[in-house]
Amino acid sequence: MTGTTIYAARKIITMNPNQPEVSHVAVREGRILGAGSLAELEPWGDYELDTRFADKVLMPGMIEGHAHTMEGTLWRNVYVGWFDRMDPDGKVWDGVKSIEGVLDRLSEAEAQMTDADTPLSGWSLDPIYMDNQRVSRQDLDKVSTTRPIGVLHASGHILNVNSKALEQAGLLKPGVNHPGIPLGDDGMPTGELYGPDAMTPVAGFVGYDRAMTDCDERGLLDYAKLCVRAGVTTSTDLAARLTDDSVSMMLDVTARNRFPLRVVPLRIFFGMSAEECVEYTKALKEQSTDLLRLGRIKAVADGSIQGFSARMRWPGYHNGAPNGLWYTAPDQMSELYNRALAAGIQVHTHTNGDQATQMALDVFEPALRANPSPDHRFTIQHCQLADAAQFAKMGKLGMCVNLFANHHFYWGDEHYRLTVGPERAMRMNATRTALAANVPLAIHSDAPVTPLGPLFTAWAAVNRITASGRTQGEGEKIGVDQALYAITMGAAYTLHLDAELGSIEIGKRADFAVLDDDPTAVDAMALKDIPVWGTVQGGRIFPAAEL
Amino acid sequence: MRVPSYSIPVTVIGGYLGAGKTTLVNHLLRNADGRRLAVLVNEFGSIAIDEDLIEAEEDGLISIAGGCICCSFGNDLIGAINDLRTSDPAPEHIVVETSGVALPGAVVASLGLMDGIRPDGTVVLVDAETVLKQVADDYIGDTITRQLADAEIVVINKRDLISDSAATRLTDRLTALAPHAVQIETDFGKVPLDAVLGAVETPSSGTRSGGHSDALFESIALNPTARFDVAAIAEHLATGPLGVVRAKGYLTGSDGQVWLVQTVGKRWQAEPLDHQPDPQLVCIGAKGQLDSGGIAALLQTA
Repeated sequence: MTGTTIYAARKIITMNPNQPEVSHVAVREGRILGAGSLAELEPWGDYELDTRFADKVLMPGMIEGHAHTMEGTLWRNVYVGWFDRMDPDGKVWDGVKSIEGVLDRLSEAEAQMTDADTPLSGWSLDPIYMDNQRVSRQDLDKVSTTRPIGVLHASGHILNVNSKALEQAGLLKPGVNHPGIPLGDDGMPTGELYGPDAMTPVAGFVGYDRAMTDCDERGLLDYAKLCVRAGVTTSTDLAARLTDDSVSMMLDVTARNRFPLRVVPLRIFFGMSAEECVEYTKALKEQSTDLLRLGRIKAVADGSIQGFSARMRWPGYHNGAPNGLWYTAPDQMSELYNRALAAGIQVHTHTNGDQATQMALDVFEPALRANPSPDHRFTIQHCQLADAAQFAKMGKLGMCVNLFANHHFYWGDEHYRLTVGPERAMRMNATRTALAANVPLAIHSDAPVTPLGPLFTAWAAVNRITASGRTQGEGEKIGVDQALYAITMGAAYTLHLDAELGSIEIGKRADFAVLDDDPTAVDAMALKDIPVWGTVQGGRIFPAAEL
Repeated sequence: MRVPSYSIPVTVIGGYLGAGKTTLVNHLLRNADGRRLAVLVNEFGSIAIDEDLIEAEEDGLISIAGGCICCSFGNDLIGAINDLRTSDPAPEHIVVETSGVALPGAVVASLGLMDGIRPDGTVVLVDAETVLKQVADDYIGDTITRQLADAEIVVINKRDLISDSAATRLTDRLTALAPHAVQIETDFGKVPLDAVLGAVETPSSGTRSGGHSDALFESIALNPTARFDVAAIAEHLATGPLGVVRAKGYLTGSDGQVWLVQTVGKRWQAEPLDHQPDPQLVCIGAKGQLDSGGIAALLQTA
C-alpha cells in the first residue's frame, strides 16, 4: 500500500477543530496523508481518486472503550433478549416478548441440534420487561428433559437451568442450602441461580464455563464482524485474563490480513497479587502490535446496581437492600494504584455505586502524590452514580471517565423505580457534569451486557430516554457533537491512543466509520438509526455487506 | 443425612487484610505434624509461605515438607478444590484463605454445593489493635461486620499489642458482632491446629488425640463408653459453659449406633455413621477456660 488513494465523500466529519468538515481524505500506507479539499491534497503527488464513498459520510473509526469480545462467543448461543439485536452475520434477531416465546425459540434451536448431549445455551433473557416473570426448570424441561439447558440473563447475574443441568451438577436434590438457589415446594432447586457463586457450579454444564469469558478464535473473528457493522475500528476487551494461550491466539488473529479491528485487552486485577499483576502487564505491553495493544489493567471495585452488589453511600439503596460488596479491598486497590503508577501502567477501575467511586478517588489521590504521574489518565469505568463533587475531584486528579450511557436506556426505569430512586436515577451517567468538570469523557455499551453500537450509545447520552420512553435527567444531556467526540477522540484519550486515533487528521491511522447518513444533520432522536455501511481500518476497506 | 467417609473437610479462614491470615496459614503448615493439609490462598494473594517450609515449587504449587501443599486459587476456587479432591493422594484437610473482603459465609455456601467435601469451620481473624477502628470504617466496616457474623471461631490476633482492659472491651464487642462464635486470643497467629482444623481425622483415617502443646490452649481426650443422647451432648459442648472451641469424636447413641460429633464454635453437628469406630472425643479450648472436669462429668453421667 505505498500508493496514495484520495477518497471523496459526501462529508467527512474530522473531529479536528481546525477543519471540522472536509470533502476528501488521502490515505497512504494505512495512514491519513491528509484531510481537506481535493485541491489541498493534490500537492502530495500521484494519487488514485476513489469515489465509492461519494454519497457516504465518513467519521473517525469509532472506539468502544468498554466492551468484552465475549459478545462474539455468545452469538453461538441462542439469543432470547427482549430487544431486536444483530448477530455477527448481520441477521437481526427479533426480540422475544414472552416466556413462551423464549421457550419456542429454544425449542427451534433444540430441534436443529444433532448431538444429544451438547448443552443448549440461551443468553440475554430479561424478565424485567416481562413483569419479572420467573423461569423455572420445569419451564425449560418443556424444551428438553435430556439435554442440559441454561439461559443467561442480560445482566449476566442470573442463570436459569433445566432439571437435566441441575442433575448433572449434582444439585437436583433436596437439602440444597444456598442463598442464591431458591427451592420449590418440592424442596428441590427451582432452576434459578442468582449470582456467580450459585451459577458457577452449574454453568459449566450448560456451556457457560469460565474460559468462555476469554474469547476464543472464532469469537474474536465474530466480534470483529460486529464491530465493522457498528462502525467500530478499535475496541477494548475490558477484562481478560490474558493467559499465554489467549495472548498468542489474539496475536495470531489480529495479524491476519483481513482482520478489521484493533483490540485493546486489559488484564483483570484478579487471580494474582498487585505486584504480580503490574509485572505481568508490563511484560505483556512489550508484545503489543498495531492491532493488539496490551499493557493496561482493569480493576473491579464493586458489583452492579441492578444486582444490588454495587457499593452505595448513605442512604444506600432506594428499596432498602443492604449495601453491596467490595470486589477489591480498598487497601489492595491502593497497592495496585501505587505500583501501577510507579511502573507507568494505566489502570481502568470499574465502579458502579458512588461509594465505590469515592473509594477509588480516596485511594488514588495519595497514590498519585507518592508517584507523581502527570499523564496517567487513570480511568473510572461505569462510574454510574458519581455526583458533581466526585467529577470535580476526578478532573483535578487528571482522571478520565467512561460512562455507561446505554445503561440509562436499558435499566433506567428500574433504577428510577427500585434501585436508587428518582433523584439519583436522574444523575446517573452524568455526562454533562463530567464535561463541565473537565473530565475527559468516553461512553460505552459494555457489550455483551448491552449491544455494541457507539451511535446508539451517543443517542442514549444525547437523549437520555429510558426503555419506557421517559426522558430521565434532562440536565445531563449532552450535544450530538459532544457525544460523537466521546465515541472517537474521547475514548482514544482514555487509552492514550489520541495521538494515533480518534480523528481524521494528518498522520493518524486511516480508520473511518462509513455511514449512509450524516449524524450531525439528522434529528438527534434518529442518531441510533443511521445505517453503517462498514469501516475503513488502517486503509483497508470493510463493507458490512461483504463480511 | 450421613457423612460420606470420603468427604474432605474444608475450613475457611477469613478476615480483613493485616489480620494475620497468612501468618496463621504458615503456622498451620509448620505444625501440620503429619497431616496432609492443602492450603488455597485467595485470588489476590501472593503465596507468602515461609521459605524454610518450602520443599519444591512447580507451576504455582508449593510443596511443603511433611506432605502439605499450598497454591493460589487464582480465578477459580471451585476448580481448585475439585483438582485437590481428585488428586492422589488427596489432602486430608483443605484450608481456604479468603480475600480480605470476601464474606466467609458466602464461600461456605458455595462449598456446600460441591460433592466430596464438607465445610468444616469458619474462622475469622481480627487484628486486636485495629479491628474496632475497621468496624467503624465507612468503606469496610459493614464488610467486617458481615465477616464476623459468619464466624464460628474468631481468632483475636496480636493480643499482646493491647492492654487487658482494651481486651475486655474488644471481647464484649466481638461477642455482639460474632454471636455464633467462640473467641480465642493469640499472638503471631499461633493457634493450635486442633482448634482451627478439628481434633480428629476423618473417620476412615483412624484416630488422633489433640496433643499439641501450646501455652494458650489445652485439650482433653476421653473414651466415653456409655450411650448418650448424642445431639444433646453435642449441643451442650458447643453452646454450654464448658469453654470448648472445637470438639470432634465418636459417641455411641441411645440406639447403639456410633455417631460422629463435631462442634465448631457454637455450631454443632451429630450424625449417625454407617461404620463403627471406637468411641472417643477430643475437646479443645483456651487454657484456663476449658472446663475439663465439666466435660468429663457430662460424658459420664449422661
